[in-house]
Amino acid sequence: MQKKILTTPITDDMIKDIRIGDIIYLTGIVGTARDDGHRRVVEGNRLPDFDLTGTAVMHVGPIVLGDRAHGFEIIAAGPTTSRRMERYEKEFIQKTGVKLIIGKGGMGEKTTAACKEFKALHCVYPGGCAVSAATAVERVLGVEWEDFGMPEAFWILKVKELGPLIVSIDTNGNNLFKKNQAVFDKKKEAAIEEVSGHVHYSHK
Amino acid sequence: MVNAKLTQIIYELIRGASLHLPPDVMNGLRRMAAIQDTPLAKELYGCIFDNLKKAAELNRPICQDTGALQFFLKAGTGFPYLNDTEDSIKDAVRQATKKIPLRPNVVESFEEKNTGDNIGSRAPWIEWEIVPDNQDLQITVYMAGGGCSLTGRAKVLMPLEGYEGIVRYVFDTITEWGVNACPPLIVGVGIGTCTPTAAALSKKALLRPIGLHNANPKARDMEERMKKGLDSIGIGPLGMSGKESLLALNIEYAAHHPATLAVGISAGCWATRRGKVLISKDLTVKSDK
Ligand code: SF4
Repeated sequence: MQKKILTTPITDDMIKDIRIGDIIYLTGIVGTARDDGHRRVVEGNRLPDFDLTGTAVMHVGPIVLGDRAHGFEIIAAGPTTSRRMERYEKEFIQKTGVKLIIGKGGMGEKTTAACKEFKALHCVYPGGCAVSAATAVERVLGVEWEDFGMPEAFWILKVKELGPLIVSIDTNGNNLFKKNQAVFDKKKEAAIEEVSGHVHYSHK
Repeated sequence: MVNAKLTQIIYELIRGASLHLPPDVMNGLRRMAAIQDTPLAKELYGCIFDNLKKAAELNRPICQDTGALQFFLKAGTGFPYLNDTEDSIKDAVRQATKKIPLRPNVVESFEEKNTGDNIGSRAPWIEWEIVPDNQDLQITVYMAGGGCSLTGRAKVLMPLEGYEGIVRYVFDTITEWGVNACPPLIVGVGIGTCTPTAAALSKKALLRPIGLHNANPKARDMEERMKKGLDSIGIGPLGMSGKESLLALNIEYAAHHPATLAVGISAGCWATRRGKVLISKDLTVKSDK
């Protein structure tokens, strides 16, 4: 099968037919933001100088070598738990104009609604695969908000075929993790019942 | 005081743990990769092994989250460098952060500022156990990642909730939070009187090598049943559905107060990084397995 590659700037049209469970790759610009970055954009009402419109944001705190004078190199850059950013993601999408949110694990109702309203996708990059992700980074274009420290700073990266990205929320408001969670919860009850039948260690 | 030789041994321990997975974890991942039967689950295991290969080739940490560093010591009362041990651990952490490099992951509490060198109040975390009539020092390092640590829980149940209550608490926690913890997981369960003892025992359980079981047949039976039960939920690699989700489920327990039954949960991700070294009294490495 041919790889589906999205290249930034991403338009609504480019992602409108992509559905949950699809696998895509990204070429172009990714900004990094975790807890502090989201808080600054939403609560602090500040935007980075770099315009993120039509690009991607990745929930990641990379390991970076180097400095401004000699240039930076991304050593490892796997995704962090997206769910931590649920509180602010809607406003983040609205304010920055990102079209792709990359992280690990699912996100909640608010982000799902935002993906539908503002036409954006949430995708999962395989968690922990940090060196693979780093080797997809061609260049570090810049860094802002260094006062947060290395993992939380806003890094602007140029990537080539970053992926696989598994689409977990699509522009129709479908949510893969929510769908899976319903299946897991059902199986969980059956499993609890089965195991509980064998652990009566308390005296009767 | 820092002892340069001791520092060097601990530095190598940290380096080894950040660059390579322990053999039991590797074998577990290989076995689980082989049993997958959907294209997505197969692809995800493929990504994991591809990443491990690249990390080894480029000499880079497997995951960008090199964790908060935690050390578990078993110190013989006759080991001559007990006074130098904590300072040497800190020095090794400082060097490892700069040279390997590790991600600076220590945020000083209340200041809420990253210290930049993985050193802070009670960081790295160090726990001591004393071994009488012994002259060695055994150090286990664990790199506690954020995503997997986020799964941790502890609670005091009422005894009438029974071991069934423990099962429900563990299953609820893993089903809700395990998806974010980069499965397949190692789940450590601790049982005791209060939250700190149950939690500490869950960490001990997490550190037990895969394939070793609790010596108590009832506890072992519960380990096996709970693993099978959690596997049947189908969380799969990275929480994206698949066959089996746990590399292991280990239980450690202490006797408990008749009015309480506390349970603690610790989880480790597919990239569970831990290492062990046994150092003799003349500062030679006796074993690093
Ligand atoms: S849970 Fe483990 S593999 Fe996943 S990002 Fe955290 S440390 Fe890395």
